[in-house]
Amino acid sequence: MTPREALIAEAAKRVLIFDGAFGTEIQNCKLTEAEYAGQLGIAADQKGNNDILALTRPQVIVDITKAYLDAGSDVISTNTFSANRISQADYAAEHLVRDINVASGRIARALADEYAAKDGRPRFVAGAIGPTNKTLSLSPDVEDPGFREISFDDLVDVYREQAAALVEGGVDFILVETIFDTLNAKAAIFAVRRLAEELGRDVPLMLSMTLTDLSGRNLSGHTVEAFWYAVRHARPVTIGLNCSFGAEQLRPHIQLLSKTADTLLLAYPNAGLPNELGEYDEAPETTAALVREWAANGQANILGGCCGSTPEHITAIAKAVDGLAPRKVPIPETRTRLAGLEPFTIAA
Amino acid sequence: MSLSVDTVQGSQFVNIGERTNVTGSARFKKLIMADDYAAAVEVAREQVENGAQIIDVNMDEGLLDAVHAMTTFLKLIAAEPDIARVPVMVDSSKWDVIEAGLKCVSGKPIVNSISMKEGEDQFLEHARKCMDYGAAAVVMAFDETGQADTKARKVEICARAYDLLVGIGFPPEDIIFDPNIFAVATGIEEHDRYGLDFIEAVREIKARCPHAKTSGGLSNLSFSFRGNETVRRAMHSVFLYHAIPAGLDMAIVNAGQLDIYDQIDPVLRAACEDVILMRPVAGEMTATEQLIALAESYRGQDPAAEKLAAEWRGWPVKKRLEHALVKGIDAHVVDDTEEMRAQTQAAGGRPIEVIEGPLMEGMNVVGDLFGSGQMFLPQVVKSARVMKKAVAHLIPFIEAEKDKLAPEDQRAKGKIVMATVKGDVHDIGKNIVGVVLQCNGYDVIDLGVMVPWSKILEVAKAENADMIGLSGLITPSLDEMVTVAEEMQRAGMTMPLLIGGATTSKVHTALRIEPAYSGPVIHVLDASRAVGVASKLLSDTLRDEFVAATAAEYAHIRDVRAGKGQSELLSLEDARANSFFADMSDKSPPPLQPGVHAFDDWSLADLRDYIDWTPFFRAWELHGNYPAILTDDVVGESARSLWDDAQGMLDRIIDEKWLVAKAVAGFWPCARHGDDVAIHLPNEDHVNLPFLRQQVKKSRDRANFCLADFIDPAGDWIGGFAVGIHGIDPHSARFQAAHDDYSDILLKALADRFAEAMAERLHKHVRTDLWGYAPGEQLTNEALIKEQYRGIRPAPGYPACPDHSLKPILFDLLDAPENVGLTLTESFAMWPTAAVSGFYFSHPESAYFGVARVGRDQLEDYAARRRIDLAVAERWLRPNLD
Repeated sequence: MTPREALIAEAAKRVLIFDGAFGTEIQNCKLTEAEYAGQLGIAADQKGNNDILALTRPQVIVDITKAYLDAGSDVISTNTFSANRISQADYAAEHLVRDINVASGRIARALADEYAAKDGRPRFVAGAIGPTNKTLSLSPDVEDPGFREISFDDLVDVYREQAAALVEGGVDFILVETIFDTLNAKAAIFAVRRLAEELGRDVPLMLSMTLTDLSGRNLSGHTVEAFWYAVRHARPVTIGLNCSFGAEQLRPHIQLLSKTADTLLLAYPNAGLPNELGEYDEAPETTAALVREWAANGQANILGGCCGSTPEHITAIAKAVDGLAPRKVPIPETRTRLAGLEPFTIAA
Repeated sequence: MSLSVDTVQGSQFVNIGERTNVTGSARFKKLIMADDYAAAVEVAREQVENGAQIIDVNMDEGLLDAVHAMTTFLKLIAAEPDIARVPVMVDSSKWDVIEAGLKCVSGKPIVNSISMKEGEDQFLEHARKCMDYGAAAVVMAFDETGQADTKARKVEICARAYDLLVGIGFPPEDIIFDPNIFAVATGIEEHDRYGLDFIEAVREIKARCPHAKTSGGLSNLSFSFRGNETVRRAMHSVFLYHAIPAGLDMAIVNAGQLDIYDQIDPVLRAACEDVILMRPVAGEMTATEQLIALAESYRGQDPAAEKLAAEWRGWPVKKRLEHALVKGIDAHVVDDTEEMRAQTQAAGGRPIEVIEGPLMEGMNVVGDLFGSGQMFLPQVVKSARVMKKAVAHLIPFIEAEKDKLAPEDQRAKGKIVMATVKGDVHDIGKNIVGVVLQCNGYDVIDLGVMVPWSKILEVAKAENADMIGLSGLITPSLDEMVTVAEEMQRAGMTMPLLIGGATTSKVHTALRIEPAYSGPVIHVLDASRAVGVASKLLSDTLRDEFVAATAAEYAHIRDVRAGKGQSELLSLEDARANSFFADMSDKSPPPLQPGVHAFDDWSLADLRDYIDWTPFFRAWELHGNYPAILTDDVVGESARSLWDDAQGMLDRIIDEKWLVAKAVAGFWPCARHGDDVAIHLPNEDHVNLPFLRQQVKKSRDRANFCLADFIDPAGDWIGGFAVGIHGIDPHSARFQAAHDDYSDILLKALADRFAEAMAERLHKHVRTDLWGYAPGEQLTNEALIKEQYRGIRPAPGYPACPDHSLKPILFDLLDAPENVGLTLTESFAMWPTAAVSGFYFSHPESAYFGVARVGRDQLEDYAARRRIDLAVAERWLRPNLD
């Protein structure tokens, strides 16, 4: 069975569990600049470059990943949210993009296989690709709305480099997450489709949008439904939402996406809304109760956590959804479905 | 005014706007050739406003760099939510232009077009690219031998293309065939069949190719009647009238210029039909000759030229500026700003007043709309752009005025380095603050977004700045601001640090940022405070006191956070011990008709008798009780006049059925658990309704009330309702179009009254019939208004039940969106606005009360019962907290 088929088969049996945040867990380790930088001899400060730990402190990443596997994760992600050329340039580490992604992929792969061998339950690895801090749909210059900081082709190359390295590291899926700009996601899809064509095999995508306002749109202005139509050509193995407020606020948008999208639904919200000090303090049981509702309503196939979530949150979620029937993927009618910022369906 | 074909004929026909096509619109071509993209964007906007559901963009003009024009234009309209909401059709005969366009379009666009003109290989290569970019494609009926002209060729080519595409996995529903609309009535006999062939080909293609769509470029059809708009429009409308039933799904048309089939001059209509459908005609002349002869009599009539300028252009200049800011339209803003400036100057004012007055007021509207979730970020960015254009126009006038000032006043008041911190891209607030500061004579160095601390410090030092302003909208920016403060401390700086942005707060500034930096740290709440703060910090006399006072305030915040809280409240436990004991032997019997009852069109004439007029007058700021107010010495005359107008409009509302009153009521078995009421639904878990209890210490024997006190723990019934008044929009729009604010407000006030009357009437029906616990009730309207009946109907968000967020639960129970067409906004406001919802309690001792202030213990308890985050509960119950 291919990873795509295997995931679909597992997801037909039960609600699967994704992992939680890496950032907050890494912060708790209180690593020093020297520990971040290791022996790589990079010119710039590395403190805060979480992704480079795969090279300099791999044990930190191993421990966090294990904590999530112990918590019950079926799908674990690589710690590579910013392991792309654009983000790594901030740390003068762009020459290490391939190494970071390959190493991160291998760490996750080895652990997933180890846990699967122990109990016979398959574990999956999602190679995480963040949105970069450049946007293809908006101008950073308010006086020149036609200006773009980066071109589609350049962004395709950036995504391509990272995706190829993740695949080399052994990931099952490429997870394009925290999609604030739909066109960035389309560039990522373009890159991965080309990669798959060259490799001569399926490189299944997981796509996860993030909402930036309560009206249910991402930064480029797309509604959840418009987003789905804009990316459906990727044939993603999962579609969903992450980050973007807490589970409470995501509820209506999950509901809508669940009804619309004919693929598995993966949702991993933040642990609530940050308090006025910017900290997440939602209790694991609270998060779990909220996401349980989605599972209980047959609206989700895979659940996990984003910012502020911990292995305790994942444990609580796994416990809360245990035994619930998974969402059944809807079979929508064949229609011509287009999208601007809003969805547009042409009647049969 | 013409209507789009779909509204006329009720089909699902899709209009594709053709005005942003240089080959189809001379005006658009002129604008693009002149590099006037701002005006070209307005063409797209008009088009969408006129009903185009997709917009076709074509830049195929020999003298243009089509790739550049295509990408520039597509990027610009991507920044216009009013335009970008619809899908784009990227139209070019050159593939490189199409591909460049696809790299700029998010959403799912249509490629126009691909074909087998250059053979199958290239056709499929382009099709695969469409799949990679996620686009649907128009497939022209064109093959290696040429464009299909006959019906047989059209069908044959499309069928072949369909099989090829489906063979490589192209989704059939993403194929849109264009079987070529050619010009008819050209005088060449072979062209006579073109119209009919197209229509018949469409029918066969649709049958042969499941899920595929068909489209066509309509303007070709009437090519031989260029310059005769009346005939062209008639031909287009007639053609669509026959092609749509044959299966034509969409066409590239000027959405603003289609005539209603039935309203076309019958002689002209018949002549068009003869030509298009090749109907045999009697007499000497052919169908074409007839139409040509007839066309002469319509020459020179050009309805398009009569089209009025957009209506808002007729508004007063101040309102125009506000409109331009809110809608983000920059086409006229310079002219309008100039008009406002001239007006201000004529009245003896200064140019700066245009900014401080009308422009800032407009931006405040934008801020409010954004804050309430009615505008989203790209729109606000656009508004900021309009603002900047307006300010840019005013700057030379402000400078000129400065030149006349004494030299010491001319010097910039101070230099401020501003930046959105690393990791954050939001700069609207910062830009607005920058504009305001600049307008007030400060020298602002704006470093933009995503600025690392090193750059901020470097520039601040190099420029010898007087202060630094940091901005951020997302929460991680808070930490980054702390980093900047720490680095300033390490660098030994002393200049003030200003903190602003939506996510920042005085509390966070006091707790986290100020302790990191020994220089002054000031949280600036919004743009309006920026000038005050900056001027105080730069004042020789006020600075020290201001800095000390702020520091003391922040220290106090830290102290308060560190320890004590104040309370004159009972503990929740004690409040519960003092709860109200209703005598449950008096409780109402179960409803006669349990379940949910919907009324989709209650008689307005019936409701008229239930209107409570006193609040109506209060809405108009006329105070006094009805009917005494009509004879009041002071306001009587105004009240009577208003009353007469209201009665006149009421007659029309009822006779002409302007409004529709919908209502739903439901009753469910339940039981009280503590301060919760658990509703038991068949086949479902119970639905929990948590209520809040009064916690303020009561004198003597008064109880601490909670709505749950009126429900029997041993089993009882609770009800809920929602009512909504629909249909106001077209009438309101009509009044607004006529600048008739008075009638508009009157209508809205009456709609609100109808909503309240509906709630009153429904409650009566509930008491006497549906629940039926007071079958013999006989009360006058006056008595109803005084609530002299048994039972209450408290509404979520009102004093007895302050949590608005119970509305979604109530709406679910009632299926309110389905049953009364009501929806909730993100902040739980009901839409449409003339609406009421609430719970029914029937116990004879049930009464209204106000929950008022509650303690932290109850907040925590409530959050747990409500299964929400404490922070969320805190936000919802903010008005009831300290």
